[in-house]
Amino acid sequence: MQQTFVQPEFRVKIDYDKCHKCGRCVQQCGWGVYDFNERPIPHDEKCRACHRCVTYCPAHCITIEKNTLAFRDNDNWSTDARKAVWKQAETGGVLLTSMGNPRPYERIFDKLVLDACQVTNPSIDPLREPMELRTYLGRKSDSVAVEPNGTGGFKLAGSTGLERNVKLDTPIIFAPMSYGSVSLNVHRSLAMAAERCGILMNTGEGGLHEDLYPYQDNVIVQVASGRFGVSPEYLQRGAAIEIKIGQGAKPGIGGHLPGEKIDREVSSTRMIPQGSDAISPAPHHDIYSIEDLRQLIYALKEASGYKTVGVKIAAVHNVAAIASGIVRAGADYIYLDGFKGGTGAAPQVIRDHIGIPIEIALAAVDQRLRDEGIRNQTSIIAAGSIRSSADAAKAIALGADVVAIGTATLLALGCHLCQSCHTGKCSWGITTQKPELTRRIDPEWGAERLTNLIHAWSHELQEILGALGVNAVESLRGSRERLRSVGLDEQTCRILGVKPAGL
Amino acid sequence: MGICDESGALMSGEEPILAMAVQRDRGNGLGGGFAGYGIYPEFPDHFCFHMMYHDLKAKEEAEAILDQHFLIEVAEPMPTRPVKGITDAPLLWRYFMTPHAHLLEEREVTAEDYVVSVVMLVNARVDGAFVASSGKNMGAFKGVGYPEEIGHYFRLEEYAGHTWVGHNRFPTNTPGWWGGAHPFTLLDWSIVHNGEISSYGINSRYLEQFGYTCSLGTDTEVAAYLFDLLLRRHKLPLELACKALAPALWTEIDRMDPEQAALMSSLRAVYGPGMLNGPFAIVLGFNGGMVALNDRIKLRPLVAARSGSKLMVASEESAIRTIMPEPDDVWMPKAGEPVIARVKGMDLPFHSQLHASPAEISCAVTAVETACEIEEVAV
Repeated sequence: MQQTFVQPEFRVKIDYDKCHKCGRCVQQCGWGVYDFNERPIPHDEKCRACHRCVTYCPAHCITIEKNTLAFRDNDNWSTDARKAVWKQAETGGVLLTSMGNPRPYERIFDKLVLDACQVTNPSIDPLREPMELRTYLGRKSDSVAVEPNGTGGFKLAGSTGLERNVKLDTPIIFAPMSYGSVSLNVHRSLAMAAERCGILMNTGEGGLHEDLYPYQDNVIVQVASGRFGVSPEYLQRGAAIEIKIGQGAKPGIGGHLPGEKIDREVSSTRMIPQGSDAISPAPHHDIYSIEDLRQLIYALKEASGYKTVGVKIAAVHNVAAIASGIVRAGADYIYLDGFKGGTGAAPQVIRDHIGIPIEIALAAVDQRLRDEGIRNQTSIIAAGSIRSSADAAKAIALGADVVAIGTATLLALGCHLCQSCHTGKCSWGITTQKPELTRRIDPEWGAERLTNLIHAWSHELQEILGALGVNAVESLRGSRERLRSVGLDEQTCRILGVKPAGL
Repeated sequence: MGICDESGALMSGEEPILAMAVQRDRGNGLGGGFAGYGIYPEFPDHFCFHMMYHDLKAKEEAEAILDQHFLIEVAEPMPTRPVKGITDAPLLWRYFMTPHAHLLEEREVTAEDYVVSVVMLVNARVDGAFVASSGKNMGAFKGVGYPEEIGHYFRLEEYAGHTWVGHNRFPTNTPGWWGGAHPFTLLDWSIVHNGEISSYGINSRYLEQFGYTCSLGTDTEVAAYLFDLLLRRHKLPLELACKALAPALWTEIDRMDPEQAALMSSLRAVYGPGMLNGPFAIVLGFNGGMVALNDRIKLRPLVAARSGSKLMVASEESAIRTIMPEPDDVWMPKAGEPVIARVKGMDLPFHSQLHASPAEISCAVTAVETACEIEEVAV
């Protein structure tokens, strides 16, 4: 075999003086890093730095280090760029990767700061005062019509659309991740946590396993270009339906679930043959224009008894115009996915170079919908690397009704961002279908961690609202006046509708 | 401060001055003002513009716009007298006018929408000109100074109205200038406001969708426009407009009977961006009464009292006792519970007119249900 030029990225170091020689690391590693010959022998080239072995080593004797191999300095040809060429010269293939864009693009959220009240308008103490996060997802009317109710008061005269909205106890929901790309236990954890938190999980384009039927009121069912798992019953079961046009991590291309991850259960949930690659097309083959999308939206509404139907798109250059068309096509919400969003598998070139930041896309879409007077007719979900409650608060201030989190939920379940989901060998049992690995996630344990995360972020949002002197999240939503930029250029500030600090 | 005689009997402008003078230390001399209703019985159907001009050039430019849009019946300087402490007054003029009928017809708008657009135009386009008030049979008198000084300066005792609102300002966010004093007005609405709207950012963006330009950067302005939107354009009853601006908590709504819960949730969900959040006690005056409203967790003071046919609200009970020493009833209105005074025989202004808002018109293609509603309006 030809010798590879690509040297291992990490060095696995074992302190053999401390090592119990128990073999736990061999058993824990999904990547096959360790052989065992009286003591564990690591093969560095297989290590993904996922820290599963480090976490579970009873002797705490394993460390993973970067391979500090020196390359001659070259600011133009980074080590990664050189390695990519070597890999492609060796294989002739598209470089596959997973999770979100790791490249050092500007992080706009980190250059935005929030306001707080001092003296003239008091801050509000969230520990002593009500602090409301409840949010309704979906289309609302532009005004409320009322009529006398016969007893001196008033009642609604006609619908405001609210009865078809989905009620959320907090404006944070789980992003779509399909069963197949993640394990059933991950889906169970997400569904249980969604129910406990009064929020939603999202099937992604992998169908709804029957074990999740009890949680159907907290599930968004997705209809994507492959139509995997879609049936009339599936549409009936969701709390809302989502048409997936694009994904932030890989705008413009379809999905790819390798056959190795398609076991019997995944096969029956997706309604595709076992072991065959599940390749969803880049476009929907029945959507080649906005009017086609309108027809699908209404077909799904008809099929589901007029449930909330949303459309998920990746953030791209003309996202504002597209979003406006989507609202006018009848979508009850728009899911905007920024280019730093995660994925279970994507060509690296697509993930790293296509799409625009969620902050920009969100600001442009929110403003466009307001300019057209149709903002009330839709809700906006923002996603694509919401890393903390601060990001969530900033996204809400820029105009989002709700934020969706994917990567953060996987981190809560043990993910260490090793970017190898597409291999199906996840040692943490998250992005794999191997029974010996998937059983590492106990859904009850997973649900508790996810519930903790949502509760923690919700409490932090309440703290932020209190500091801002408002006691309901709708008073932060779209309130860009409460944001300031520190170090963003003038043009970006203008697009975001945010003033620089000091003004 | 607000006072209304529900019998329709007129009160001299001296009463609101006295009520404000006793609350002198709630301001710092950088803004005081009043609005009176029923004060121009000789011109009940004319729009009366109270104007402020920094110089003659601004006056010329603004008058050109007014002349272009209105038939001007009377144009005269505001009657004032020299008062110690009032300096640097702008040129103060008032105009009694009717809209040009052919322009109304051409633009297919109501007279009120027409007036609103002219007010926005003058405030935004003419540097140094400001519309202090623009309603019928009412007017705003305001400026930089303590309210009692401003009241004397404008010779308020020479006017008589059934409803008065008054304000003493301690400006923080915007500098003390004549136009920035309260009350802030639009058409017949006048707003005086104690507090600060922490939700200003989203309130103003929400209003922009409906064609309002928030040019002053004050939160009082958004309160006035929001009332205009909800009452005049969306035809909400006064009580419900107040509930949209200072809504019940979700925990309270969840305990209501289903009919009321549906109504209140809809108000919150639809008008969420308009919710006034943060500390406030506001009084909205209109031709036919007034309403006082506290924020939904009562972060600012508001006292109400009734004496015979008079209803009065103020930040301090001392103001009330000045005007009505032995009131029949004095109480602290609850958070978010409006206190409403209605002059007998007078309707809430604008309530009989029907027309669609810009947002309703622009949404014709979005959904079957919405499209049907639009057709009805079009008929």
